[in-house]
Order: sequence, then C-alpha cells, then structure tokens
Amino acid sequence: MSFRKMTTCMLSAGVAVCGLSAVAAAGEFDGVTVNILTRPGYVIAGRLAERGKEFEAATGGKIVVTEVPFAEIFPKIQADWSTGTNSIDVGVFAAGWGVELDAAGLLEDMDPYIAKDTKIDLADVAPYFREFGQKVGGKTKLLMVDGDFQMVYYRKDVLEKAGLQPPKTWQDYLDVASKIHGQDMNGDGQADYGSCIFKKRNAQSYMAIQTVAASFVQTQGTAQGFYFDNATMKPVVNNEAWKKAFELYKETGKYGPPEELNMDIGDTRAIFKAGRCGLLIEWGDPGTLQLDPDAAAVKGLIFAVGAVGTKEVLDRATGKLVPVTKENAPYSVDGINYAPFAAFGGWAGAINSKIDQKKKDAAYAFLSYMNQAAQSNVDVTIGATGYNPYRNSQLVSTDLWVKAGMPADLAENYLGAINGALNNLNMASDMKIPGAQKYTGVVLDTELARYLAGEITVDEALKNIEAGWEEVTEDFGREEQIKAQALAMGTGG
Amino acid sequence: MADVTNNSYQPGTSPAGASSGMSWGEWLDRHSRTFFITPAVTLILIFAIFPTFYSIVFALSRVRFTADGLQFRFVGLQNFAKQFFGNDQVHFLGKTEGIGVLGWVFFGAVTAAVLWWLYRSLRITSPVGMLGRLISAAMAIFIAWIMGASLLAGSTIGTLLTTLFYVFVGCALQFVIGTGLAFLCSQPIAGKNFFRVIFFIPLMVTPLGVGYAMKMVADITKGPFEPLLRGFGIENWVWSADPWAARFVMMICDSWQWIPFIFICMLAALENVPRDHVEAAQVDGASSVQIFREITWPQIVPVAVTVLLIRTIEAFKIVDLPNIMTGGGPGSSTESMTLHSLYIWRSNDIGTSAAVAYLLLILTVVVCASFFNYVVLGQLRKARA
Repeated sequence: MSFRKMTTCMLSAGVAVCGLSAVAAAGEFDGVTVNILTRPGYVIAGRLAERGKEFEAATGGKIVVTEVPFAEIFPKIQADWSTGTNSIDVGVFAAGWGVELDAAGLLEDMDPYIAKDTKIDLADVAPYFREFGQKVGGKTKLLMVDGDFQMVYYRKDVLEKAGLQPPKTWQDYLDVASKIHGQDMNGDGQADYGSCIFKKRNAQSYMAIQTVAASFVQTQGTAQGFYFDNATMKPVVNNEAWKKAFELYKETGKYGPPEELNMDIGDTRAIFKAGRCGLLIEWGDPGTLQLDPDAAAVKGLIFAVGAVGTKEVLDRATGKLVPVTKENAPYSVDGINYAPFAAFGGWAGAINSKIDQKKKDAAYAFLSYMNQAAQSNVDVTIGATGYNPYRNSQLVSTDLWVKAGMPADLAENYLGAINGALNNLNMASDMKIPGAQKYTGVVLDTELARYLAGEITVDEALKNIEAGWEEVTEDFGREEQIKAQALAMGTGG
Repeated sequence: MADVTNNSYQPGTSPAGASSGMSWGEWLDRHSRTFFITPAVTLILIFAIFPTFYSIVFALSRVRFTADGLQFRFVGLQNFAKQFFGNDQVHFLGKTEGIGVLGWVFFGAVTAAVLWWLYRSLRITSPVGMLGRLISAAMAIFIAWIMGASLLAGSTIGTLLTTLFYVFVGCALQFVIGTGLAFLCSQPIAGKNFFRVIFFIPLMVTPLGVGYAMKMVADITKGPFEPLLRGFGIENWVWSADPWAARFVMMICDSWQWIPFIFICMLAALENVPRDHVEAAQVDGASSVQIFREITWPQIVPVAVTVLLIRTIEAFKIVDLPNIMTGGGPGSSTESMTLHSLYIWRSNDIGTSAAVAYLLLILTVVVCASFFNYVVLGQLRKARA
C-alpha cells in the first residue's frame, strides 16, 4: 500500500470513530459477526475489510468479507438466502440485481433503520443512485458503496501527439484506435495498443458491449430503455443497431492486446497503468487509478469522455439503422445520439431479511458507515478501492479530488465527464428487473463471447440472445416482467 | 406347536426371529454379511443413488429460487430438447448446418461399419446383448453425424465434441507416452528409479495447482516460452484466443498430469512379465520388436485396456483446467460438458444443468460400457485362454 493510501486510511480511521457514533455505540455489537459476500480481489472487497476493522474497533461487531468469482456472486447469494442456509448476512453486488432477491422477499427493508440514522444523509446521494440504485418498489433495500458509469478514456498525450481529437462516435473510436495502434506509448520500445477492453467471458465484457449498444438503441430518454419493448417485454436485440454494436465491439479487438479475449478487468487495468493503452472503455476507476504509484507512466494523462455516441440510431418499427434527426433522437447533439450507460449501477450492499435482528442491526450499521460521506468521500478518491463517486458532495467540487492528488485539469475533466453522464436525459439505465443477471451476465455474455471467438456469426448471436431473453421472461412470467420493467423505468406504479 | 408346548424358548438367549436354541452369537454369525454390507449400502443409497435419482426431478423442471426455497415447474424433456433443437444447440452440438463431401464420406463409412458389426452380431449375441449393441451403434452413428456436420465441415464444434476430443485424443496421447515411458523405465538403464519418481510427481499435484501452474507456463506473453516464440517471430499470437490451439493446450496440460497414472500402472504390468519368457525368446533369436509384440504386449494388454478404461471414465470429467486456464474460452471452445453443466448451474439454472449432466452420464456410460464389453472383456478372455 502506498504512503498516500496509508495516510488516507489512518486519517479516515480517526474520522471513523466519530462517524460510527451515530448509528452504533462502542461495544454495541460485541459478539456479532456479519458475513459479507462480494467479488474477489482488493477492488470492492479490500476496502470493506479495512473499514470492517475500524467498525469492529468501534462497535465490537466483526466483519468477515468472503470473496467469490464475479460470475458466482449473485447465484451464491440467491441460493444461500433462498434455501435458508443464511451463511451470508450481507451481499455487496450490482444495485440492479437486488430486485430479483426482493421479489422473493429476501431483502431487508432499510427505511426503518434510515429513519433512526442521523449520519447517513441520503439527501447527499445523487438522485439517480438514491432512487434507482438504492430503492426497490419505493423502499430503500440497498445502500450504495460505489456509483458506476462506463466512459471512454483516452491518452491525452498520445492523441495530441498524433493530432487527433477524442472520439465523439463509436466510428471515431475505431478510427482513433487504428491510428495510434502500434505506437510506443510508454517509451519502453514496444508497440502498444490502440484500444484495451476486458473481453473475458464470465467476467464483465457484457457491460462494455452495452455501453456501445445503448447509443444506437435508446433515443427517447432514460425511460425508453434499450433492452425490451417495455409494453410487451419482447427483446429489442435482434436488429441492425445491436448488430452494428457487436461488429464495432469485435473490431476494437484489431487494435487491442492479442490476448484480449482472455483479459479480465484486472488485466486491462494493469496494462493501461503501464501506459500501454491509447483508448479504454471503463468505469470511473482510471481517473483515480492513474494516481497510484505503479501508474507513474500515465499519471495525469488519462482523460475521460462522458459519452461516445452514434450518427445512426435504431428505427424500432423496421429494426433498421437510420440517420439521427431531432425527430427520431430528440436528445441528440450536433447529429450525434448519446446514451451514457450506468453500467452495473454501482456496487451496493443488501441485508438478508432472514437473519436475526442483532445481525441486521450490525449489518445496517456497517453499510451505513460505508455509505456516509465521512468514509465514502475518502474511499472514492482511492483508485484501488474500486469505488466511484455517487454523492453530490463528491461530484460538485474538484477540491476533494485535487486534495487526493489529482491534477486540477484532470479533476475538472473527470467530474465533468461523470456529471455529464449522470445528468444526460438520455442516460441508459442498467437492467433492473428479476432475472437481470441472467439476461445479461449469462445469456448476453455467453453469446457475445462466442461471437468474439468466431464460433458463431453476429446474426446467430443476436438470434440466440433474443431466444434466451424470451426464455428468461417466460420463466419469470411475462406480465410480472412487464410490471417490473415499468417500475424500473419509472413509468409504472 | 411342539416347541411352544415344550416351552424350550429361553428368554435372552436367542434374538427375535431366530429359530429356537440359536444363540445370539450364532444368529449374528449367520447374518454377519448383512451387517457388514448394510452401512456401505446405506451410504451409497444416501450419497450416490438418491442424488442421482433426485436430480432427474431437477432435469425435468425449471427451478426458481423463492423465499420459501426452491420452486419446481415441471417442463418434461424441455431442458434436454433445447440442447438438441433449441437455442443451446450450437453450444452443445456445434454448428451442424451444412455437411460436406468429407462429412458424408466419414458418416457413411462409420454407419456402414457399425451396421456390418450389428449384422455380424445377430448370429452370436443374445437379445439383451443385441439391445446393448443397438444402443452403442446408435450413439456411434449419432456422433459420426455430428462430427461430419460440424468438425469435418469446418464449423464450430460444441461441448459434446470438445469433451470427446479431450477423452479420445487425450487418452490416446497419454497412453502412448505413458506406456513408452514405462517401457523405458522397465529396461535395465542407469537412473531408472530417479526417473520413476520424476515421472510420477505430476499425478500428486492437485488439479487446481496444475491449472494455475500451467496457466503461468503456457502464458506466451510473459511465461517461460515467450523468448522462444519471440525468437521464431511469433509475438502477436496467443493460444488462448484461438479455439483449436486452446483445446490442444488444454489437452496437453491434462496429459501432463495424467501420463504418470498410465506410466505407473503400465510399469507394474511390465515388471510382472516373466523374465524367463523374454529370455527364452532371446535365446531363440527373436528381435526386440518381436519380443514386445509376441511376448510382452499379450501379457500386459489386460492391464492396458483396464487402465485405459479407468482413464477414459476420468477424462470425461475434465473441468478444472479449462475453468482455470481459459474460463471455457475463447467463446466456449475449451468448455467440456462438465464445465458446461457447471456454468449453467452457477447461474442457478439447475434444471438445465442437471439435463446436461445427465447427457454426460449417458455418453460416459455408453462409451465406457461399449469399450468394456467389446474391448476389455475380449482382451481379458483372450488372456485367460
């Protein structure tokens, strides 16, 4: 751990005791152990464990963080809670996944706890994360520890040297990637890569494809969505827009590392920190990760574009791509339709409704502690935590970020990109209906991986996704899914 | 009645149900076989037979997780059908749209050979045996068609053929190398004991350990072979992005671990070949090849086919290596049927997962039972004769 991180941790630990006092008195949770399940590695899990130690020192409640492979998080939690095993007290996962657990009555309603909590200050949580991420059916069932948007990042120095502008459209992305691919971007004498995207199967590749597809499919504002016809729940996937997105996504591989198909997010982060990538699709993390000591080659050089768009959009009646106009894409700017994707919606903690009350109290106290500005405003500035900003106090001013070591121009760009995405009226929401993980994390991910590997054509992939999504919809019940989609899109009661 | 009238029954000396006059010791002695076997049978029923049959319920249902536990919805054979005709067909069988000339030739040759074999069996086999042969024949013809329509047509293969690739190509490679090494170590050469230990070591490493070790060794961008490949000018190619290269790497890594199993069994068999037979052949002027073919091989063949059978059964279960090294990728190229089932299970689609597991069970049983009946038993009978 770097000196900066250590200092930050020590300072935040001091603040911790004060932060906890509002929800938990010292020794209040003596003998209580809260078992948390989340993803592997330091990202997300590491900071939970570190804050858990502070929590234990202040309240006596022990926090045990268990890590499992990404693809196993949701099924493990679902099976554990549903079958009454209850070895997991808290799950930290994608905010959108909570709705399926809640439909089965497995999530604890946090509103009564929040009513007594004077420190959490949920008004400071940005409206999208507070209303969409944390609430299910109007009740708070999750507490964010992270806020997520996927953006495009570019190496400012490399593009400037090549006389190129940051990409505005996905076609620009390919053009820029092709022009800078093969250049030595870190001075080690080796040819580097125009584009780096984590494309490993059973990981998070299915998120990046949605970032590309959203701007082709969603044109009428956030409530329209880009997965289904909301009235019928018929998939809007087997069409020219998704086809174009798949083809573009595959083409980025021409300018990526040769082993890109087997790279998870940790692998791409390692190479962009080593200065080997000209463009990336990523969450908010590169903004702060470039401040790490092992990212000296790129410190202050990785800038963000809040959204990359398209000049062609889907005509849902015909399934064809048509040029952008103000009529078919009212939120378009200069003939480009943007739909920044709130990929994953952010990592959030949920409490198992079947555990005993003492554990629930301890679990809530800990999640509240993680969420409170005193802790969160520190954690989001440390790249390695994997936590990105989701509170207004983190988004309105660059002070926090400059104080954390981010150059002022980068901080301006970074927050500008996130705010631009967050405030875009055509922002694309991640799926938030029962089966969300299966629709995207299983069906979309598998077919995408097989298309990228050349096993099937794009048409076959899209046809399989359409059939797979229909199967999931039928499993959960079409009428129920229509209602759930209406709630998720904010169009139903 | 006489016994009752005479009242020769002695309370406390005979167990209930025992004939009069039989002591506890005698009764226990008489039923000792039952007592010894009951715990094992009970455990097998609980831990093997019951789950196997219970999983049929899963395979015939769609399963939902609710607050009250699992909720089953009976769907008949739908979970099986979608592997053959539904949207999982390409994943399981591969792409089988166009069958080329080579495919037709292969399919025709296999079908003709199988039908000829069945025709010949008619005269020598009982009705029950014939039923078994019909099942084996149907499986062989089906697999030949899938191979002709996907593999030989240059199309994508599914997890079925990937599994068979690991089993047949992998086991053949392991058998040839393992037997060769065993033969070398059975010869009077210097340091053979040292090599015996060295060749045996990979079998003692856990599959997980092998997976991660091989992942590092096979990493051609940072691993030990990177300078060598760079020397050959191979810099922008990685095996993990090429379906067939990935399958071969997987098969080679699996072989690294399992060659020692073949080696140690075959070494034991070779050491048991009577020296006097070999020496007599040498005195008669037989060449080394003739001695191996006529003396050694016939004596080790029962062990060889048995070892191959055990290894084949084990090979059908390959899961650790592709899971760790490639996550089944690129795409689903390195995904075995076990891994296919695991990934579906991991997404809580337990019904489909159970269906794939049953398909694997059927495949394994038919292939291994056929091999046992038509190869192993034949060789054992020949050896006894």
